[in-house]
Amino acid sequence: MAEFTLPANSIVKKGKQFEAPTGATNTKRFKVYRYDPDDGQNPRVDVYDVDLDSCGPMVLDALIKIKNEVDSTLTFRRSCREGICGSCSMNIDGMNTLACIKAIADCKGDVEIYPLPHMGVVKDLVPDLTNFYAQYASVQPWMQTDTPPPPDRERLQSKADRERLEGLEECILCACCSTSCPSYWWNSDRYLGPAALLAAYRWISDSRDEATGERLDELEDPFKLYRCHTIMNCTNACPKNLNPAKAIAEIKKLIIQRKT
Amino acid sequence: MSVSHRPLSPHLGIYRWQLTMALSILHRASGVFLSLGTVLLVLVLLAIATGQSEFEMIQGLLNNIIGQLFMLGWTVSLYLHMANGLRHLIWDAGVGLGKNIANQSGVFVIAFTVIATGATWALAIWSGS
Repeated sequence: MAEFTLPANSIVKKGKQFEAPTGATNTKRFKVYRYDPDDGQNPRVDVYDVDLDSCGPMVLDALIKIKNEVDSTLTFRRSCREGICGSCSMNIDGMNTLACIKAIADCKGDVEIYPLPHMGVVKDLVPDLTNFYAQYASVQPWMQTDTPPPPDRERLQSKADRERLEGLEECILCACCSTSCPSYWWNSDRYLGPAALLAAYRWISDSRDEATGERLDELEDPFKLYRCHTIMNCTNACPKNLNPAKAIAEIKKLIIQRKT
Repeated sequence: MSVSHRPLSPHLGIYRWQLTMALSILHRASGVFLSLGTVLLVLVLLAIATGQSEFEMIQGLLNNIIGQLFMLGWTVSLYLHMANGLRHLIWDAGVGLGKNIANQSGVFVIAFTVIATGATWALAIWSGS
């Protein structure tokens, strides 16, 4: 059942304020969600005034600057800082995106930063993605075949068949889409969510995969697939400009088509 | 520390409202309101079938500001649910699911709802006076 309000231990309190260094003229205010599992306190929002003249252009640059220069306890995931690893996914300015490719200049007013929505928080901006990864694994995202491969070469694919995977195989599993979806918020225990369903469709669409029937059998379920109500937050949020909503619609179509 | 003690990150309260998201929940709300309107329609038909005093009673119920607001809500719900329902039907065919087109069709649904509601009420007021 959908819980629209936060549980008592999750209500966000006012936090500390960190002023910009004296002499800074070009500052921006960052309001960052903080949660420390060790102090037994509720989450809070700390406010950091950052000197943009000595800061890189992206929100991740500001977070790294805060961690390096102001508050080393600030915790977040990051790795590639160029939008390919999917580690620094978080809610910035009300939308899920990657901090490394979100420009500070694109945020009007104060920059509000929260962890991915409706997730258990491990610490600060680090959500628990265990369930998300388990759902990904549940769609068996690897090639499955009955026929043996040709003895003298790999399983080849025509250019046209390969093109059908464009817009599907680029997913970096950042979880921006799934955690933007209200349906996933209320039903993440049973609804697979846009990311896992996009991955499922990627393998359904692969000309070399021979398990399409089993994959559709597995997905034909009131919750796993049909909790998608075309809210479209996933497609609006995807930092790689993929379209999970379209992939889900195509799966639904395939399930209907094979019945006729 | 057990996982269940982890706080839940904020969701509805912090997510910026998207047009598609708002229309999705309005589609549901208007569906509920249409059901209420159907009950009212049955009551009106019953009253007409029963007799003049019953008909006048139901007219009295509707001919005040609350009754009129209900009727306005019903009209809005009807057109919103109809236009958005067609949008969902087209989506189910796998068409119009791009980020831009989905938002544009949302604007169209709202525009249609406003114009159709306005036209219906203009007609009702004009033919009633």
